[in-house]
Amino acid sequence: MTTTSQSGAAHPAAPSSDRAFLLGLYQRIVLIREFEERVKFLFLEGTMPGTIHQCQGQEATAVGVCAALQAGDYITSTFRGHGHALAKGLSVQELLDELFGATTGCCKGKGGSMHMGNMDKGMVPGIAIVAGGIPLAAGMALAFKLQKKPQVVACFFGDGAVAEGAFHEGVNMAAIWNLPVVLVCENNLYGASTHIGKVMKNPKISDRAASYGFRGETVDGNDVLAVLAAAQRAVEECRAGKGPVLLELLTYRRTGHSRRDACHYQPKDEREAWFARDPITRFAEVLLARPDVMPADLDAIKAKIEAEIQVAVVNAQQAPQPTLANLTEDVFA
Amino acid sequence: MKRQGIAEALRDGIAEEMTRDSSVFCIGEDIGVPGGWGGAFTVTLGLSEKFPGRIIDTPIAELGFTGMAVGAAMMGMRPIADMQYGDFLFLASDQLINNAAKMRYMSGGTIKVPMVMRAPIGATGRGSQHAQSMERYFTGVPGLKVVAVSTAYDAKGILKAAVRDDNPVMIFEHKLLYGSKGARAEPGAVDATSDIPDEDYVVPLDRAVVRREGQHVTILGWLLMAHFAAQAAEQLAKEGIEAEVIDVRSLSPIDYATIGASIRKTGRVLIVEEGPKTGGVSAEIAAGIMEHCGESLQAPVVRVASPDVPVPFSPILENAYRPDVARIVTAARNLTKT
Ligand SMILES: Cc1ncc(C[n+]2csc(CCOP(=O)(O)OP(=O)(O)O)c2C)c(N)n1
Ligand SMILES: [Mg+2]
Repeated sequence: MTTTSQSGAAHPAAPSSDRAFLLGLYQRIVLIREFEERVKFLFLEGTMPGTIHQCQGQEATAVGVCAALQAGDYITSTFRGHGHALAKGLSVQELLDELFGATTGCCKGKGGSMHMGNMDKGMVPGIAIVAGGIPLAAGMALAFKLQKKPQVVACFFGDGAVAEGAFHEGVNMAAIWNLPVVLVCENNLYGASTHIGKVMKNPKISDRAASYGFRGETVDGNDVLAVLAAAQRAVEECRAGKGPVLLELLTYRRTGHSRRDACHYQPKDEREAWFARDPITRFAEVLLARPDVMPADLDAIKAKIEAEIQVAVVNAQQAPQPTLANLTEDVFA
Repeated sequence: MKRQGIAEALRDGIAEEMTRDSSVFCIGEDIGVPGGWGGAFTVTLGLSEKFPGRIIDTPIAELGFTGMAVGAAMMGMRPIADMQYGDFLFLASDQLINNAAKMRYMSGGTIKVPMVMRAPIGATGRGSQHAQSMERYFTGVPGLKVVAVSTAYDAKGILKAAVRDDNPVMIFEHKLLYGSKGARAEPGAVDATSDIPDEDYVVPLDRAVVRREGQHVTILGWLLMAHFAAQAAEQLAKEGIEAEVIDVRSLSPIDYATIGASIRKTGRVLIVEEGPKTGGVSAEIAAGIMEHCGESLQAPVVRVASPDVPVPFSPILENAYRPDVARIVTAARNLTKT
C-alpha cells in the first residue's frame, strides 16, 4: 500500500487503513463543511464583505486529492477554493482573515474569496476565470519537467471549464509533453445555473482524456476513499513521467452557486438524491463500521473544529486592516 | 411613462426589439435557464419564456459564443451577446477585435456585422478578476462602436439603437447601476432609475449628454463616475462653484462637439475615470480636447482615476482605489483656483 503524506500536516504519513489517518481525513472534511457553514452565516448576516462561492457537499474531492499529494506538490484552484485551501493545509485563520480583507490574510486581503492561496503551502491563488488555471497548471508541470523535479500539480476545475478553449489548449500540451499534472474535474452537474445536459453532448467528462491520448477515469467524488485511491494512482503515474491523468469526480453542490443564489434550477428529487449521498455521512458510516471508532470520536472532532472556528472568527474580525500605503504595494516583483 | 432601473429598462428594450424584429436573439451564459437568474444581473429574466428558442444559453465558452454571434450577424441575424462579467471579454476579444471589428473593412465593404455585446464592469467587492473597467481596451479599435450607459433611459434607448445599427456595438454597463433595490442589489449600488416613456425611442450612439449646467468647470465622466461627478457638483455648488457635468456616454466615437462647447464656456476640464489612469479612456479624451478646443483651456486638463494597480479585494483598499465624490470635489475645487 502506498503511503501518503499531507502537505498541510493534517494527516500523518500512514497507510489509508490506519485509524489516525482516516480520522484525519474525516477531520478535514468536517472542517471544510463547518468552515463553509460559518462563512455563509457571516456573509448573510452582513458582517463579511465581498462575494462567496462555496463547496458544501464537495468536501471529499478536495480532501481526497490533497491527501494524495506530498509536501512540495502544488494545487491550482478556482473561484470555489475554500475547500481546496483547507485540504491543502491553509489555516482557518489565514482564510478567514483574507475573507475579512485583513493584512494577515493568506493574500494580505488583496485576493479575497475567489483568490485564496498560499505558495508556501503549495496553493496558487484561485484563478477565478473559468479554465484559466488549466494552462497555468500545465505550465507549472512543464517547469517541474524542465527542472527535473519530482513534483506534481493537481489542477482543480469544474465541469463548466471543459467547454473553454483554455481546457483544450492546456490539456493537449500537457498530453503531448507527458506533463505531471493531475487534471481534477469536480463534476457537480452544474456550471453556475446551467446543467451539464444542456452544454455537453457527451456528459462523461473522463472520456475526453482518451481523445488526447492519456488516461481518464470517473470516480465517485462523494466517497473520499475512492477519490484518495484514484488520486494516488494518478499522482504516481505523473511522478513516473506518465502524466497527465484526468480524474472526473462526480459530486454535488449543496448550496448556491454564489451569494444569494436559491438554486431554483436544481430539481428537488435531484437535490434529495444527492443529499442522501452526502460525503460526510457516508464517510462517517464507513468509520463507524470499524470496531475502533465510536460516535463520540466523531463528535469530539466536530466539537474541536467548532471551537477552533469560533476563535478564528473573533480574531479575524479584529485582524489588522490594510492602510492606503498597501494599495500600491505588490504590483511588481 | 414608468419608473425603471437599468436592468428592467434593458429587459424591456431587448423584449421590444425581439418583438419588432425576428432576427434579434440573445446569446450568453445562464441567460435563459428556467429557475435561474436571467443573466448574472437579471437583465434577461423571464425572456426565455416569452421568446422560446431565442434566448440561447451557451456553455462557458466566451470566445466561442462571441464568434458565433459574429457569424450569425454576418448571415443576417442581430445577436445581442451577454458577457457575464466584462473581465471575460479578454477571452472573447479575438473574435471581437480581429473578426467583428475588421470584417467590414477586410471585405471591402461587402459584409456587415450588426451585433451587440453587453458587458458589466466595475469594482464591486469581488477581487481583481471580476472588477476591471474594460472599456479602455475597446475604445480605439477601428470598426467597433463603444458606449457606456449610466441611466435607465439611456440604457433602453442605446440598446435599441445598438440593435438597429449595422455595426458591432459594445455596451458597457455598471454593476452598481443595475438597480439599488431588491434581492440582487449590490452593496453600494447607486440609483440610476429614469422615467421611461411608453413609446419607442432611441438614444444616438455618438452623443455625450450634459447632465448639469455650470460655468466654472466641466466635469466629464461615464457609468458610475457620471453619477459621482453629479454628486460632486451638488457639493461644489454649496461652495459657489458651478460645475457642468457631462456624461460622455459614447466612448468611441467621442462627442467633441458637446464636450468642446462646454469647455469653451468653462475653460477648465476634469475627467473622471474608474479604471487605472495610465492608458485609460481619459487619456484619449484629454488628447482629443487638446486637438479640438485646447486653445480654450485656461488651465491644464486634470484627471481623477484609479492608481495603476489591479483592483484589490479588501473593501478598505477598494474604496481607496475607486475615485469617489470627495476626490472629485477636491480636484474640481483646486482646478477652479488655478
Ligand atoms: C471565463 C469565465 N466565464 C464565466 C465565468 C462566470 N462563472 C463563474 S463560476 C461559473 C460556473 C463554473 O462552473 P463549473 O466550472 O462547473 O464550476 P462550479 O461553479 O460548478 O464549481 C461561471 C459561469 C467566469 N468566472 N469565468
Ligand atoms: Mg460545476
